[in-house]
Amino acid sequence: MTDLQFLTWVRGPGLNIAIGIFLLGVLWRLIEIYTLGRRKDLAAPRHAAGASGFHTVFRRSLPLPGMLKRSPVSYIGGYIFHAGLAIIVFLGAPHILLIKNLVGLSWPALPSQFIGLAAVVTMAAMVVVLADRINKPVKRFLSTFEDWFTWAVTFLPVLTGWMATQHLLLPYTQMLALHILSAEILLVVLPFSKLLHGFTLFGSRWYNGKVNAHKGVPV
Amino acid sequence: MQGPLIDTLARQGITRRTFLKYCATLASMMALPPTAGRAMAEAMAAARRPSVIWLPFQECTGCTESITRSHSPTIEGMIFDMISLDYQETLMAAAGHQAEAARANAMKENAGKYLLIVDGSIPLKMDGAYSCIGGRSNVDILKEAAAGCAAIVAMGSCASYGGIPKANPNPTGAVSVSDIVKDKPIVNIPGCPPIPVVMTGVLAHYLTFGSLPALDDKGRPKSFYGDTIHDRCYRRPFYDQGKFARTFDDEGARQGWCLFELGCKGPVTHNACATVKWNGGTSWPVESGHGCLGCSEPDFWDGGGFYKALSAPADPLKFAAAAAVVGAGAGVAVSFANRAKKSAARASHETTTLADLEK
Repeated sequence: MTDLQFLTWVRGPGLNIAIGIFLLGVLWRLIEIYTLGRRKDLAAPRHAAGASGFHTVFRRSLPLPGMLKRSPVSYIGGYIFHAGLAIIVFLGAPHILLIKNLVGLSWPALPSQFIGLAAVVTMAAMVVVLADRINKPVKRFLSTFEDWFTWAVTFLPVLTGWMATQHLLLPYTQMLALHILSAEILLVVLPFSKLLHGFTLFGSRWYNGKVNAHKGVPV
Repeated sequence: MQGPLIDTLARQGITRRTFLKYCATLASMMALPPTAGRAMAEAMAAARRPSVIWLPFQECTGCTESITRSHSPTIEGMIFDMISLDYQETLMAAAGHQAEAARANAMKENAGKYLLIVDGSIPLKMDGAYSCIGGRSNVDILKEAAAGCAAIVAMGSCASYGGIPKANPNPTGAVSVSDIVKDKPIVNIPGCPPIPVVMTGVLAHYLTFGSLPALDDKGRPKSFYGDTIHDRCYRRPFYDQGKFARTFDDEGARQGWCLFELGCKGPVTHNACATVKWNGGTSWPVESGHGCLGCSEPDFWDGGGFYKALSAPADPLKFAAAAAVVGAGAGVAVSFANRAKKSAARASHETTTLADLEK
């Protein structure tokens, strides 16, 4: 298989399979989760300021009082790499073009140098967060295979994409093909791992906020 | 045209100075040190018409047109004229058995020394019957000619990688020269067609140093195929700024913005078009407003469509709708199973009363 055949495979059948599994998995899991339901809370609702699903969606993005000082790496590193990933995925020109081809929506892109910078910062933040996870005994104890694995499948598309544009290690065509392949692996893994939080995040925050708001507790 | 090359060039009005300048340019294009230009000039000037046999197989004659016509009457064309082209079906006066006899004769007289140029792919299906010359299959002629040659130049993408005849579903079983000949030095000069100066550059290198230039992993001269079109493209700044032409006649196209979205394969194509250009440096595909097709890469014809951007899907999504339906179905099925489990749990639940606790 030549470089171009490999690239064409990942752009064609590979992408087909990955998006198929991704859609199948995401729909399956979301429907399964949201149809679980809970018993209706028959107690009379209490009211408290700032207690609602909507409030919680936003509040959970902020650290609890004192937590930023106790766990700065988790918060700051976490913010940086999530924002970086969003910038790279949604504001990189080739990525917007892919989205446009898949769903028909498009918007202006950021300069490629800026995306390159975002990739470097994102990778640095991810490495720091990983080092923190390894160094802190409690975090390490709580980590399972899934944590290490999802870190790797998230990190690899950023690394290979950046290396492709910087012409590092392998010829561009091979690195680009590896980049697309790694993104496809991410798509396949996403619905069946904790990475599904990209979809369930706001729903579960809303749910928690609403359940607690009924009890008059702003969480 | 007998005698050293310099005499023939002089007769055609090429001055020593022009010739030296040309050799220096050629040397710098091939990333050779400045002294190489002089060595090249000396070697080429004294060269006594090496015998060249040009075998045309499954080809369109575009490579021959590129070399002999598009640059004529430039110095490249003349140097090409200076070699002793003992067999070239399109250019030679002889035909039929005479032509085949000329080939046999050249092979015999220059055994072990002649340069073999091949354009076109070689069909292997049906014992090579898809393309025959003088009643003999291409593969048969190639094996015979390759046995006595000093080196082989695979001209164009067909000879280098199979090219368009090899495009899916490859009805003739087309293969490249390097798929058949394993024991001779082969230099690939892919392109559809290749750039003429690359051909003369390789020839000059061969005449000067008696060897083929440094090659990349796909058998191409590194000096010409070392960079991608994208990295050398004058429209590259627009790519970096995110300025793209979205159709061939929009404002972006008129402004000369990047053609990536229109399917340009420049990022994955190694060739010298962006620096050497075509037709004596007049223009090249991207400069005239069309994206690169990637013609110097193996299997460029099956690269997912010329007008699809590299980051866009190569094929329309086939399983997406079916997968979504299956996924939704699985979700619903599992949710029913979960509900059944809950109902069963509720039904089997035994209520604990005060009386039970007091037992």
